[in-house]
Amino acid sequence: MDVLDIIKPENQVFCKTKLMTDTTLSYCPGCGHGTAHNLAMEVVDELGIVEDTIGVAPVGCSVLAYDFMNVDITQAAHGRAPALATAISRLWPDKYVFTYQGDGDLAAIGTAETIHACNRGEDIVIIFVNNGIYGMTGGQMAPTTLPGMRTSTSPYGRETSSMGNPLKITELVANLPGTYYVTRQSVHTHKHVRKAKKALKTAFENTRLKKGLSFVEIVSNCNSGWKMNPIESNEWMEKHMFPFYPLGDIKVKGKLK
Amino acid sequence: MSEIKLMKGNEALAEAAIRVGADAYFGYPITPQSEVIEYLMSEKPEERTGMVVLQAESEVAAINMVYGAASTGKKVMTSSSSPGISLKLEGISYLAGAELPAVIVNVVRGGPGLGTIQPSQADYNQAVKGGGHGDYKLYVLAPASVQEMADFVEDAFDIAFKYRAPVMILSDGLIGQMMEKVSFKDQMERLSDKEIIKRYDDWAVTGKTERKRNIITSLDLQPEKMEARVGRLMDKYKRMEKEDLRFEKIECDDAEYLFVAYGSSARIAQKAVKLAREKGLKVGLLRPITLFPYPKQQLFELADQVKGILSVELNTGQMVEDVRLAVEHKVPVEHFGRTGGIIHTPEEVLEALEQKIINEHGRTRHHKTRESSIL
Repeated sequence: MDVLDIIKPENQVFCKTKLMTDTTLSYCPGCGHGTAHNLAMEVVDELGIVEDTIGVAPVGCSVLAYDFMNVDITQAAHGRAPALATAISRLWPDKYVFTYQGDGDLAAIGTAETIHACNRGEDIVIIFVNNGIYGMTGGQMAPTTLPGMRTSTSPYGRETSSMGNPLKITELVANLPGTYYVTRQSVHTHKHVRKAKKALKTAFENTRLKKGLSFVEIVSNCNSGWKMNPIESNEWMEKHMFPFYPLGDIKVKGKLK
Repeated sequence: MSEIKLMKGNEALAEAAIRVGADAYFGYPITPQSEVIEYLMSEKPEERTGMVVLQAESEVAAINMVYGAASTGKKVMTSSSSPGISLKLEGISYLAGAELPAVIVNVVRGGPGLGTIQPSQADYNQAVKGGGHGDYKLYVLAPASVQEMADFVEDAFDIAFKYRAPVMILSDGLIGQMMEKVSFKDQMERLSDKEIIKRYDDWAVTGKTERKRNIITSLDLQPEKMEARVGRLMDKYKRMEKEDLRFEKIECDDAEYLFVAYGSSARIAQKAVKLAREKGLKVGLLRPITLFPYPKQQLFELADQVKGILSVELNTGQMVEDVRLAVEHKVPVEHFGRTGGIIHTPEEVLEALEQKIINEHGRTRHHKTRESSIL
């Protein structure tokens, strides 16, 4: 089999996600965003719902999500994605509406929009990528930054007595009656990627049930913000992030685990 | 067939929103405009027309719901009052930048800060000069009656979709709260989802089909692209000035003195014109109906005819700057207005004209030159 045979579609064992555009990702090498994008688009493709899918992009590293995800997307102001998604899903109840947001966007400036969309039980999917830092603006402290963690605005480590505590917003929204499915995943190993994809699929499918909001947190690395190489950052994530943000389902079918 | 009702301005606006076939209203309560959402909720618009009405958690959320809904091609509006509009400005700037049609109503109260819940026109600059960040303008309609609170809803949506741009109805606590008779047109049908997809397929996010996907954003990181976007906006505003300027001239034909006033102040100034004429003073009123675009040329021409102009506003002098710019120092231009929620009487307005223009500047025409008109 020569190269030309190998790249024939019928011989491929794996191919690029159909709903990802050919635009070069703007994410740092080693960052989890690319994988999270892929998974979301694979799920939309596999469910065959692209014609009925509307995405809402945030402000943050994934502000340009619309350059990569080949679906109709509205780009929101910082933190407001759940408000946009609320309106879109109310006006187009047959559509699959999702937001894709980072931790600064969702858990700091957009806290009110997040909590109230969850509390109203909007039939949307919120994909929440938590890397404990503001990546795009250059590694400042986020609401999810761990105690003692160094960032450019907590250069000597997050001092909880003056800078406050990291916010476990996923546990918080799980306790609201409007959420139907709340889970925390990661995408740093094959095993975790498969689990995260399953969670995303469940979330998108849930919107048809009209039983409430599905919230999928993906704990991710930020190797450039954390000042580590990709491998180190994943190891650091396992060692420090996961104990504070434990992986797994938090609420399933409207019931807390 | 029209239907006549006795209503508050805020209620008339809400009823008109249902009747023009609006798809959605998102709002947050604030005095003096809470009747808008109260009326909508009591009318069960979901049953009447299928219109979605939702009380948001904040003005910020409400305007962003508007942004989301507008991005899908739906006919959507919000209303608030001054402090709430300040909160909405971020979203309004995004609507302008992303070129989305939407109607925003400001039932103005006094400021700054929490200010007062009484009527005011102190948000003129905010509405007309942009308000939010960036190079943009709003098409601004200023109703002067309960009837216009109703009529301008349809006009505002027409302009919003004609230009794919946000439109503001700049009312105030007086027009919003007062009751007048108002005649309503028949119920218009809401566009079906299919029709929306057909009409706005070239831009609205409704799900990617065979067409190229649609993206709604106000972000352009490439300088040339961003400059082109800003240029596109400016082209729209130029076209608005050319095609959609609205104003009303009252008793202007033989006028020797002129009031310029909009909204509630125009109603008061209209009465002052009557009082003046009863005294033998030939006074007219130019009432801008759109505050952007502004009747600059009409003022420029009237300045050749009148001896002086008084801008009457419920603020400390905001529109008067635009009057002066339009008049180019041909005649004296002064401002009169009360604040704090105090509404000037027609007698006060006429007295101000006499004191600030007629007595101050004499009954003869002068101040032809730039130097002599700097007062």
